[in-house]
Amino acid sequence: MIGSVSPGLVLILGALLVPFLPGKLRYAYMLALPVLAGLQLYGLEQGNFAQTEIFGYTLTLVRVDKLSVVFGTIFLIAAFLNVIYGLHQRDAMQEVAALVYSGAAISAVFVGDLISLFVFWELTAISSVFLIWASRSERAIRAGLRYLIIQVGSGVILLAGVTLYAQQTGSIAFGHLGLTNLATGLILIAFGIKAAFPFLHNWLQDAYPEATVTGTVVLSAFTTKLAIYALVRGYPGTEILIYIGAIMTVFPVFFAVIENDLRRVLAYSLNNQVGFMVVGIGIGTPLALNGAVSHAFVHIIYKSLLFMSMGAVLHRTGTIKGSELGGLFKSMPLTTLFCIVGAASISAFPLFSGFVTKSLILTATAEQGYVIAWLVLLFASAGVFHHSGIKIPYFAFFAHDSGLRCREAPLNMLIAMGIAAGLCIFFGVYPDPLYALLPYEADYAPYTASHVLSQLQLLLFSALAFALLMRTGLYPPELRATNLDSDWLYRKAAPALVRRVMALGGEVRDGAVAHAKRWLEATFLQIHRHHGPSGILARTLSTGSTVLWVVVLLGLTLLMAYL
Amino acid sequence: MDDAHSRHGPGAPEPGNGHWLYRPRTVNGIFWGLALICAVLGLADLFYRRHTIFAFESIPGFFGIFGFVVCVGLVLGAKQLRKILKRDENYYDR
Repeated sequence: MIGSVSPGLVLILGALLVPFLPGKLRYAYMLALPVLAGLQLYGLEQGNFAQTEIFGYTLTLVRVDKLSVVFGTIFLIAAFLNVIYGLHQRDAMQEVAALVYSGAAISAVFVGDLISLFVFWELTAISSVFLIWASRSERAIRAGLRYLIIQVGSGVILLAGVTLYAQQTGSIAFGHLGLTNLATGLILIAFGIKAAFPFLHNWLQDAYPEATVTGTVVLSAFTTKLAIYALVRGYPGTEILIYIGAIMTVFPVFFAVIENDLRRVLAYSLNNQVGFMVVGIGIGTPLALNGAVSHAFVHIIYKSLLFMSMGAVLHRTGTIKGSELGGLFKSMPLTTLFCIVGAASISAFPLFSGFVTKSLILTATAEQGYVIAWLVLLFASAGVFHHSGIKIPYFAFFAHDSGLRCREAPLNMLIAMGIAAGLCIFFGVYPDPLYALLPYEADYAPYTASHVLSQLQLLLFSALAFALLMRTGLYPPELRATNLDSDWLYRKAAPALVRRVMALGGEVRDGAVAHAKRWLEATFLQIHRHHGPSGILARTLSTGSTVLWVVVLLGLTLLMAYL
Repeated sequence: MDDAHSRHGPGAPEPGNGHWLYRPRTVNGIFWGLALICAVLGLADLFYRRHTIFAFESIPGFFGIFGFVVCVGLVLGAKQLRKILKRDENYYDR
């Protein structure tokens, strides 16, 4: 243990050395970093450390409590798996970006004040965009820019909220905030952008599928779950979150069914899963909050696993479009197996990790009497099984044989997927170590006959619906297409509006210019008429008549003088 | 390469239909097996008392019927959604 240094800083500072290390040494070093950070985490005692006073406000760089430890732990597990998964690539930019990004998210979880939170909040945005840009395509660069604008915007709104909050309360401590006034409202919106609330969500589906094979896996773990951590800390029991979360679980499901890019399907289902957590935070009972936290924990593992398996497919075949894939189970049997484990986990099949955490949220929602929210969550549970549980493995590895033949995924990818799949099953079968990590006091037994049988019924009848729709040809085929989502507003509608306004402004300007021109021309014509070469005032007169006029003028003057 | 495969031309990838998993018998077997498991799970509701919070949860087969109906609704709804939302693949790149 190195004093009271934040485990996140171990990764951030450690990452700076990565580009200077050669070959094998670099791999060993990158694998050691998350382990070192983990030792640092578990060497820290509970409490606040590394505090400094600035302008009368206390900055707390390290706050250790059960909530920060559980998120720190899962973020470090994710960082470790990501390093293994990315070992085949030789791209220092991605390696550094991934470590700094993970470190920033971990640091953000451990800080105890809102200003430090803002700093690491922005660092996650800036470091992560390089994982998108690392694709080095025109498309990725544009998507990355859109992502960066929205993420940095979230930070700016956070800063505005924090400034107001500090002014009103005189404190910048990050504890329970609650939705009470403009300040906490702004902070909630900032958290909401990162958590991908409805209409603030589309940066996720827009940018994640454009990142590199490893980049998407890394991205999927941290940003949204950092927001979930912040919401658990600041807004537990805020009722509006129940409705926001419920909407989040539902609408992405429809998009996921018709989406062709399988990594984008997973981005939609990420949105849906985060919705479950948001509902849990809104309910706010110890059981519900434990549900949100534990769901975030296992979600990071199975979501990474699913993105890893799709990444492996993209890495080997060069495409991730459902319309071009199929039949890959013969070429990539292990990847297929790991993908199915991830699919079973996200679908919350008994004995897989999603089952032992999602049911906490559902039970807490029912216990508090939110019938409609509960039914919505039940619908979303069936829906997520439909598009992530069945559609992803089915269209990638089975369905009609695309004729694609490739090699099995690289060994390092298989190891990362194998560990993730192992963890999915481990926590599904034996949830006690996970439950022991949870921050609140609540008892829950997932494996009762009622829970298991009703969940199996829900899932298998959903599978039957899928099979029946497939057999009858009613299931919509995978098509090469773009589906409009809220990003249409800023990618098409807003630019079109600006063009219209510019065009209209242009017309007004052209009209005004033409009018001014006509007026000027008329004026010049008038001047020309009087003063021009043939104008009356430019006419030349003979000397005699001039003398005559002078005499007349003098005479008139004399006359005036005597009058 | 036998006759069944050679009609795809030399160098063409081998179609998956030859694999046992793609045979109609297997596909039918999977489908009816799934239907059978569903039937058993539905009937199981008659033989145990579900621990419920809402009264309607104790309707036999509630979770199964709910799952089946919403999934069919989801897919048909999403199909309709395609009519409104579907654009060309390069819609944003133009």
